[in-house]
Amino acid sequence: MAELNTGGKKATPRVDMTPMVDLMFLLVTFFILTTSISTPQAMDIVKPDKDDKNENRLELKASKTMTILLGKKDKVAWYMGEAGKTAPTFENLSVVDKSIIENRKVADASGIKGEFVVLIKPTSGSTFQNFVDIMDELEILKVKVRQIDDDNILDNEKQSMQQQGIL
Amino acid sequence: MPRIKVKRTSTVTDMTAMCDVASLLLTFFILTATARQPEPLAVQTPSSTYEFKVPAENNAILTIGQGQVFFEVAGNKVRARTLELIGKQYNIDFTPQEIQRFSVISTFGVPVSDLKKFIAMSGSDRMKKGVQTGIPTDSVDNQLNSWVLQARTATAEVNQQPMRVSIKGDAKEEYPVIKKIVDVLQKQKVNKFLLVTNSEAKKK
Repeated sequence: MAELNTGGKKATPRVDMTPMVDLMFLLVTFFILTTSISTPQAMDIVKPDKDDKNENRLELKASKTMTILLGKKDKVAWYMGEAGKTAPTFENLSVVDKSIIENRKVADASGIKGEFVVLIKPTSGSTFQNFVDIMDELEILKVKVRQIDDDNILDNEKQSMQQQGIL
Repeated sequence: MPRIKVKRTSTVTDMTAMCDVASLLLTFFILTATARQPEPLAVQTPSSTYEFKVPAENNAILTIGQGQVFFEVAGNKVRARTLELIGKQYNIDFTPQEIQRFSVISTFGVPVSDLKKFIAMSGSDRMKKGVQTGIPTDSVDNQLNSWVLQARTATAEVNQQPMRVSIKGDAKEEYPVIKKIVDVLQKQKVNKFLLVTNSEAKKK
């Protein structure tokens, strides 16, 4: 008879799984690197209608409006109220959030009715990154009323920006 | 004194469990992930703290970089219908094969006149440098306007949903380039946009 293994102890058929594990992790790594798991994030932006003849527009209180002009080299110019009446302040984009907080405090303490409004005017010298950064900053600071205006950059705004070399 | 004999155990560990875990992970990744589409124009999107997901459907993505615009609309059926409409507008007859081939192309940027040639190319040829030059946006021949308009019509027809427009701009792109594209959209009364951004950790 062919029963040679008479010792009763049957050797269990073990397979060395190590190379298989190696292969598996290689595949896992490959799939992680080649696929995009998360969908990209986005910010939603609403711009005013260009040919909106509707008179029912939000009236902005000059004393509660802060205009931020985006310029070259990540620089901004901002002023409160109407253009030309107050001299604009020139700053780096990275520190403008402090000014926004400060201005909002002053505006809220003034007792004049109406929301604090930030008007963003990106000029030709600014980049897409600048625009996204400032919108992001307003979102973080929870400035509810924000307006984007890239059509009406006033002459005195242009002038003062040119003087600073950021237009 | 006689030394105490330490019985040496072999260092072989049972890898079966580890193998199980690895294959489980592998299966998970294959099933959940979608393959990354090759992009004809690689852009570095700016980062923001917004946490709004770009919708997978009823959405068109305009990729803007190096002064060029590339277009993509979500959904194979919508793409097929968009091409039909574009063909109608520019008096080009697309065969069903061409429409079928076009429906699987994601992002593209060629003028309408080169569309037939572009569809006939193989996938790797399309990605070659200089093949895709962006969609013309001049005021004389504003093809981007047509694409967006027809994609909106197609989305409304196929999905009965309004189409959203996402702008995937390069962070270093100058604002006037973005403004030019946005102005094209605003002419169509598209006043709401999504700006595709990288997620960034919230400042505390």
